[in-house]
Amino acid sequence: MDKKALIAALREILPASQVLDSTEAQRPFECDGLSAYHRLPLVTVLPEQQEQVQAIVRLCHQNRIPLVARGAGTGLSGGALPDENGVLLSLAKFNRIVDIDPDNLCATVEPGVRNLAISEAVADKGLYYAPDPSSQIACSIGGNVAENAGGVHCLKYGLTVHNIMALKVITTDGELLTIGGKTYDSPGYDLLALMTGSEGLLGIIMEVTVKLLPQPERKQVILAAFDDIGKAATAVGDIIAAGIIPAGLEMMDRLAIQAAEDFCHPGYPLDAEAILLCEIDGNNEEVSERIMQLRQVLDRTGPMHFATAETEAQRQQFWAGRKAAFPAVGRISPDYYCMDGTIPRRHLPQILKRIAELAAGCGLNVANVFHAGDGNLHPLILYDANQPGELEQAEQLGAEILELCIAVGGTITGEHGVGIEKIDQMCSQFAAAELSQFHALKNAFDPAGILNPGKAVPSLHRCAELGAMHVHHGQLPHPELERF
Amino acid sequence: MSDRTEELQGRIKQAMASDSPLQIQAGGSKSFLCRQTTAQPLSVKGHSGIINYDPTELVLTARAGTSLKEIEQTLAASQQILPFEPPFFDDGATLGGAIATGLSGPIRPFTGSARDYVLGCQIINGKGEILKFGGQVMKNVAGYDVSRLMVGAMGTLGLLLEISIKVLPAFPNQLYLQQSHPPQEALRFMRRLSSQNLPLSGLAYEGDKVHIRLAGSGSAVKAAAAKIGGEQPADDPFWHELKEQTHAFFDGELALWRLSLPAATAYLNLPGKQLIDWGGALRWLKSDEPSRNLFQLAAGCAGHARLFRGGEADLDRIQPQLPAMRAIHQKIKHSFDPHGILNPGQLYSGF
Repeated sequence: MDKKALIAALREILPASQVLDSTEAQRPFECDGLSAYHRLPLVTVLPEQQEQVQAIVRLCHQNRIPLVARGAGTGLSGGALPDENGVLLSLAKFNRIVDIDPDNLCATVEPGVRNLAISEAVADKGLYYAPDPSSQIACSIGGNVAENAGGVHCLKYGLTVHNIMALKVITTDGELLTIGGKTYDSPGYDLLALMTGSEGLLGIIMEVTVKLLPQPERKQVILAAFDDIGKAATAVGDIIAAGIIPAGLEMMDRLAIQAAEDFCHPGYPLDAEAILLCEIDGNNEEVSERIMQLRQVLDRTGPMHFATAETEAQRQQFWAGRKAAFPAVGRISPDYYCMDGTIPRRHLPQILKRIAELAAGCGLNVANVFHAGDGNLHPLILYDANQPGELEQAEQLGAEILELCIAVGGTITGEHGVGIEKIDQMCSQFAAAELSQFHALKNAFDPAGILNPGKAVPSLHRCAELGAMHVHHGQLPHPELERF
Repeated sequence: MSDRTEELQGRIKQAMASDSPLQIQAGGSKSFLCRQTTAQPLSVKGHSGIINYDPTELVLTARAGTSLKEIEQTLAASQQILPFEPPFFDDGATLGGAIATGLSGPIRPFTGSARDYVLGCQIINGKGEILKFGGQVMKNVAGYDVSRLMVGAMGTLGLLLEISIKVLPAFPNQLYLQQSHPPQEALRFMRRLSSQNLPLSGLAYEGDKVHIRLAGSGSAVKAAAAKIGGEQPADDPFWHELKEQTHAFFDGELALWRLSLPAATAYLNLPGKQLIDWGGALRWLKSDEPSRNLFQLAAGCAGHARLFRGGEADLDRIQPQLPAMRAIHQKIKHSFDPHGILNPGQLYSGF
């Protein structure tokens, strides 16, 4: 089927205004939040009815045309990067909240509903949806499910996979499959877990039933400043060891603190090498008790100083700096590259030191902003895409950081997904037999391989070619690190 | 404590070569969930031992044959717990069995289920390949979530070798409350409590009593108890008896059914007796009602039923699936176990 025939067939399914084929109309869809990668699809479609999506999927399936689903396009791994020979399926028009069910503590929404819009819609019932990725004002729930999005409150409340109950999914043969329900479990295999984080490779998400939680009675945050990033990292382990599971436990280093302070003046100490933000929530009595306990623990870790937010406004201000850290760093550097490795927490001091050394080695700056409680790092590599070679250098440094994460028993992606960005590091994370098992699973859902091709799981061929580069003289990268 | 990986891999390769199905076993504490088959038993007993546990990481990695008792004792020494309260049913219970059956105890609505806490696993698939998925970190979205797919799969997708589990600090304090209510009112009362920010760790109804378990910091549970009210016994053995099914409710020859329903489902007038757990979302039923009727009833309530103990031995014990869902299940099974040698029929008959 050529482009002309494809567009004609799509116009049979959709009104002409919902089939975009000009370069200028498709420009907004050429990339997601990882703008270093961009390309135009053959055609972009914006359906608004489920039957239309089913017909589009069937058309692509019958004609072996690549199909890439897209939510709000805020993803950071190029998961929604279009295929130049395929259809880009925008789900933005599916933005209805279908049902709010406070008795069963859940809400059913279409995939284009924004993450924050869910909590806003149920706030008057004293409920909220827990996962809160930093992009929550803009990102949509369909994308959250596809990427298994996290956020600053994962440590206590889990990821997307822990906070959804049911999905409606269109499979490659155009059938609608209901997975899960308003129950705490389902018979058979856990397809809910399998679909979550599958990056649009197994089906098209049409409806999500999310779990709602009662809003905590009170929240309180402590800001602790350290003169040494290693001390801050050790404090994180001490808090957990004391039996405290904070709602959020975040760390920022000097460069990130400065950028945030310049950007939105949250009142961060500019003389600190690192700060920790530690939030406690629950009922009033519990928060008071835990904050006391936390202050005692922190006091023993040798901070420069620490402060409890005195008012709700100050609490929000402390968080505003953290939540705005990415755009804040964006102001001090023409471009930045955000990494997402996760490591066992005990390696934090060692890895942070090594990242600084690697960065110094190639003359780039790295700002660290991350979910310390989860061991989920977000090193932001600062570079200037207009300087020849700097993007490549940043990508090279990023790849080295991910190899470090793997070497200490961690993972290349904690919450942003593999997408196109980390596809080569998947060859380091997994052996050939494991990748083959992924391909076999993919084949169970999408034998023709039309859904989001070239993302998330690399071909064995690609890894074999890379393998020749990775192992030099039979030695693995970073032989100095303890391995698991 | 030993590593039997090579031997177990050899057995699976042999079974594959001779086309003779295997029935994976460990402690046998949950074998009543399985159907009788002619498959060759393959025991993972002895493939045991805690491999890695650092309390500050909140992660424990152990071989599948490690006893739950050993794991809970090890965790207790550092004031930590398995947060999904897995039932043992007898002392033989292993971590592998807990994960393969995917069962969680009364705490499930409040802290999450077995699958919520699985971070990674190592398995042998039906082709005799040793595969590792997930890891020992809290957040990991590299590749499909195969680790969680293993939970509740009843060993039909792979033999579990090693499992990494997220653990949590033990609750420093627990308090128990009881209130008498008629059934419909009890359900409404439990829903009211569930929708408030309370440190709940159990909400069940038996006889005419709502049993409430609170867990958390001392001040949190005391404040919540004052708010909720009711009788406050010093201890409530009900919770352990419910988790382990040693409560008198579970006695007798009648089949035990497990109905997983939307929590707000009204009280169901059914022949036999009922015990309600999970704040209304789990209804245990002792009844001789035919399977067909209960599967239909559960489906009508947008839930599902499972024959848990007793009943007719040769029937499907799990809610039947729609054809499209069954087809996906068969394809997934085939992707892990193309020769159909791992626990055939233990989830659904036919694969």
